Amino acid sequence: MTTALESDAELATDAALESRHHHPSDLEYILIALALAVMTAVEVGIYYLHSDSLTIVVLLMLMALKFSIVVGFFMHLRFDSPVLRRLFVGGLMLAGTVYTIVLFIFGIYHV
Amino acid sequence: MADIEATVEPTPGQETPQAHGHAPDESHATSTGISNAKMAMWAFLGSECLLFGALISTYILYRHKSVSGPTPHQLYDIPFTSVSSFVLLMSSLSMVLAVAAIQRGDERRLRVWLGTTAMLGSVFIAGQIYEFTSFIRRGMTIKTNVTSGAFYVLTGFHGVHVTIGIIMLLSLINLSVRGKIPQSKAEIIEIAGLYWHFVDIVWIIIFTVVYLIP
Repeated sequence: MTTALESDAELATDAALESRHHHPSDLEYILIALALAVMTAVEVGIYYLHSDSLTIVVLLMLMALKFSIVVGFFMHLRFDSPVLRRLFVGGLMLAGTVYTIVLFIFGIYHV
Repeated sequence: MADIEATVEPTPGQETPQAHGHAPDESHATSTGISNAKMAMWAFLGSECLLFGALISTYILYRHKSVSGPTPHQLYDIPFTSVSSFVLLMSSLSMVLAVAAIQRGDERRLRVWLGTTAMLGSVFIAGQIYEFTSFIRRGMTIKTNVTSGAFYVLTGFHGVHVTIGIIMLLSLINLSVRGKIPQSKAEIIEIAGLYWHFVDIVWIIIFTVVYLIP
């Protein structure tokens, strides 16, 4: 009888094996790095152009995009086992939630 | 808990690592198919999110709370920091190329890319030392105001992480020269790479939140 744990383990093993075959090539890594460099240049350009709330939103979006690209492609999280994704995203979500609450509370009460 | 380390027997029709042309690796004999070392590194990185989250939040809280100057925003040299950010981004590229090289069994290129990554990391750290020295000369020390304190602690902690990464890379080059990192142990490089990319993604956040957002 196959338990849920065994089923999860089989899926994770399959993912671990599959992951090795979908890593980008060296040329693709260089293109990804080039895209990251261009995004950094755009960020700096935006910094010098304007300074309003829309600018902050665009800068944060670019930051999130660069973050996702490095985690997904360079750290291979996009291709690796879902178990690893849960570990990292779990920590990230916990940090995001805790510190958003902290900033909200301190921001509201001006402590 | 006993089944965590249990060897996964392939079910009928399921492919084995050997079928994919990879040498069997003892460290992968876990119920998840992922080595404990790699799992531990990802768990460590997940916990590091909380550490850097605390430091970044502290900076955000204190950024406009200074009653005496100068504050970091009055002293930032954005073109200089942009070049530093570019250097660290490119070090992530050389790191991932090092991982790809050892996965192909190319030990010479592994050492070249690891050396390049360590060099780029050192350039970044040299830039940070220059920046800190420049700020201190212009009157902003860690004790000047709460904003400067939060800034130095945050960027200093990141710098320490990069320095540890450089030491790790140099140790790996040393091991590789002595022939102790063959293709079958490529995962060691992959795990070191995860750490290096993590310090890069932390800088991506610091660069935007601390330097670019007014």
